[in-house]
Amino acid sequence: MSTTYTKKQVAELIDGVLDWETVRRMLFMPKDPLRFAMYIEVLQDRAQWEDKIVLPLAPHLYIVEDKNGDIVNKCDCGYVFGPYTENWKLNALIYVRDSVEKFNQVYPKLMSPDASWQVYREYYCPECACQHDVEAPVPWYPVIHDFEPDIAAFYKWVGLEVPKKIAA
Amino acid sequence: MNKPESISGGSSTRKSILANGKTLAQNRADMYNISKESGHYDGLKELKLKSSDPITYEKIFSKLRAGVVNARETAKKIAASPIVEQEGELCFTLYNTAGDCICTSTGIIIHVGTMGMCIKYMIENNWEEDPTVNPGDMFTNNDCQIGNVHPCDIATIVPIFHEGNLVAWVGGVTHVIDTGAAGPGSMSNGQVQRFGDGVQITCRKTGINDKPMRDWQHEVQRNVRTPKYWILDERTRIAGDHMIRDIVEEVIADVGVETFIQFSSEIIEDGRRGLVKRINDILIPGKYNTVAFVDVPYMHEDVHVPSPFAKVDTIMHAPCTITVKPEATWRLDFEGCSRWGWHTYNANPTAFTSGIWVMMTQTVVPTERINDGSLFASEFRLPKGTWTNPNDRRTAHADAWHFLVSSWSSLWRAVSRGYFSRGYLEEVNAGNSNPCNWMQGGGFNQEEEIHAVNSFETAACGTGACAMKDGLNHAAAIWNPEGDMGDCEIWELAEPLLYMGRAIKSNTGGYGKYRGGMGFETLRMVHNSADWCMFFMGNGYMNSDWGLHGGYPSATGYRFEAHNTGLHKRIAEGKSLPMGHDWNPDEPDYENHLEPGAIVKRDSQCITTEEIFENGDLYLNYLRGGPGFGDPLDRTIENIEKDLNDVVLLEEYAIKIYGAVFSKDKEGYYTVDADATKARQKEMRKERLSRGTPVKEWMKGERELILDKKASPQVQQMFASSFELSQPFLDKFRAFWELPSDWLVTEKELGVPAFGAKHHMDLSQMPDVKTVVLVEE
Repeated sequence: MSTTYTKKQVAELIDGVLDWETVRRMLFMPKDPLRFAMYIEVLQDRAQWEDKIVLPLAPHLYIVEDKNGDIVNKCDCGYVFGPYTENWKLNALIYVRDSVEKFNQVYPKLMSPDASWQVYREYYCPECACQHDVEAPVPWYPVIHDFEPDIAAFYKWVGLEVPKKIAA
Repeated sequence: MNKPESISGGSSTRKSILANGKTLAQNRADMYNISKESGHYDGLKELKLKSSDPITYEKIFSKLRAGVVNARETAKKIAASPIVEQEGELCFTLYNTAGDCICTSTGIIIHVGTMGMCIKYMIENNWEEDPTVNPGDMFTNNDCQIGNVHPCDIATIVPIFHEGNLVAWVGGVTHVIDTGAAGPGSMSNGQVQRFGDGVQITCRKTGINDKPMRDWQHEVQRNVRTPKYWILDERTRIAGDHMIRDIVEEVIADVGVETFIQFSSEIIEDGRRGLVKRINDILIPGKYNTVAFVDVPYMHEDVHVPSPFAKVDTIMHAPCTITVKPEATWRLDFEGCSRWGWHTYNANPTAFTSGIWVMMTQTVVPTERINDGSLFASEFRLPKGTWTNPNDRRTAHADAWHFLVSSWSSLWRAVSRGYFSRGYLEEVNAGNSNPCNWMQGGGFNQEEEIHAVNSFETAACGTGACAMKDGLNHAAAIWNPEGDMGDCEIWELAEPLLYMGRAIKSNTGGYGKYRGGMGFETLRMVHNSADWCMFFMGNGYMNSDWGLHGGYPSATGYRFEAHNTGLHKRIAEGKSLPMGHDWNPDEPDYENHLEPGAIVKRDSQCITTEEIFENGDLYLNYLRGGPGFGDPLDRTIENIEKDLNDVVLLEEYAIKIYGAVFSKDKEGYYTVDADATKARQKEMRKERLSRGTPVKEWMKGERELILDKKASPQVQQMFASSFELSQPFLDKFRAFWELPSDWLVTEKELGVPAFGAKHHMDLSQMPDVKTVVLVEE
């Protein structure tokens, strides 16, 4: 069985409509090394902006190289969350569920956390209101910088040219 | 691998049992030290056997691997315990002479490391001289101080000899139903120290000439509540071990002992390389920062503990930074974890490092070639004194899984960020549920025997959502890759508890573009028992799993129990009964089918200790769902409609979460109005913008709360405990919130008892004990 896939199949995977037989093959066969390049290509085709996608972070959030060569966190809608080395959440909107009433908008009361133990922190894009992340920490907990990718090392792994400002 | 100091080999006055003439300790020290120096297991820069004769190499692996799997499948049928027979809570593993794993069966493969640690302990403490290691011997271990996860996992270790020389070890482990702890059930939680945690056996020689010793059997059977299961479980382990010993003898007869020994090192180096390759293939180098929490609500009136200093509300804190290095090895650093506690959820480093592979084999390394090579490609830092590495020999561990699985769920979420970024969406898992409730109890059962129960229905909780599909409903547990809820009929044979219903639990999977898998619920009525007690064990005030990329955490747990129900009277009178779903706990219905005077407990207190249950009393066993993936407003209309029609989503939350606008026909079939729903979702986005605050603004307010020390005692205790153990965590906390350099919260100022914080004594301080350390502390 093949362990390479077409761009169409990767696009269907992103859309959640790829046939299960192919998904199963993706799961149990060795990983296809071309996937990343193909994935980026599909996402780039769909992007509303010209910036070059360097690394997808979430379904609507990317690290991109802008026209000045700067590497930034960017939303599908075009909102820029700041340099890629910084935690994008610090430039988002936040809504904290920290009461019975607020939790009850999400779950029945008895199936929600107790706000004296735990809160939900919802992070929205200030422009399009996409909910990019939900944290569920104790009160006081620092905002978590979930992922700090080593893009230079990764691009070497996959044989791609490292963006100039990262290589520098 | 971790880089502790070189180890020395010790000495023995007895003739060597190895062909190379070394003591077992010297043999292990030489293998360990050359591995450390060279970066390759046993110094193997080349895999000579594999490269020169790959067919023989693969034949040996296939035969051994098939042998351990076959032994497990066969031995399983010997067991009487439904935990083993139904749920497959057993595992067999083959080790080389140093106690490093060559290959393992399916099942609870956490024990790759725990049994290996048992062998290493025997090696380092000179078991070859006393009590001696001979052909036909058996050793039994379940000691949590030397690596076992919790006392109910009993291991039987058998040395394998060829022409008088030790060539390998084989270990078999089963999860027994009771270990004679203070409370019944294999993972009970009333005790707070080792001394109530059940019988603990330290690598004891329990058999010679392939037979268990009589004194051992007489002693141990009377120390547990369920001797029948204990005996048959031991026979299960012995049978499997001996089957594997036969296979090893066949392999040696086939390829020769030197080739077998060469293979037994090469396969581990092969395993090390396999993990490096897989990390390179599937992850992205960099740092993944994650965290998990677990509530320990012991202040409640239904938690009875023997020690007053245990009567505190605390929170387990498990931050982790996974660093994937450019050379495709990784380091998992748990700096900042909270202290161990006076409860049964403590872990130890081997449970932690070995157990991680149970989870990792379901994601990073889904290979049959899992062995100790993976450990040699990994670095673990588990700070001493934390719940991951207690510095006191009194700690209890009966339900170590409660903390372990919670912290691992966050690791799964972390590596899934890497999968997503790399485009391997099919591998993404938002993180599995915290698999609970653990329904446990004991007393006299329907057979009029002293009995204990631990329902393993929890082996079938919901999985986390994927990045391209919903999570699986009632399908799996992070601690057992072969999840199964078991048959009602079998559980009814094993437990004096009739099923009043078993149903998918609505709204338990976290919402999202793809939702988490749903959990399920079973309502049980106590029947035909005598002097019966039960208790709850799970999360209620908090949830240890989060969502991923905008998905929500799954629902928390809650407790429902009912006493003095009058159900026998209602049955006799043909009245309605509480059955099936507890649809929405905020609008309870079970209560409408109980006699007046029934006593109901319906709350978030999901940890309790033994409570008396009479015949006719009710217990709801609610098994949790998994977390969601992606913004719920991205969920397709078709999927929202399907959830409504599958009755896994309450109407109220279809409206609140997804903005669904729908109609319901006479047959109860839902149709979602796509245009109206999209319009409502647009409004919901506007509502988000109006209620959201810029994070940096919000931080100013949160900082004031910290400066004023406004948070519940349990939250402050958690931070105080982590601050005391970790200056780096305290420094990061102060830096993030821009706090004064002398800002601190301490347990002393909170006025909560903190026994064990200042005064503690480690196992290494015991006489004649040499501990084995494989992690950075």
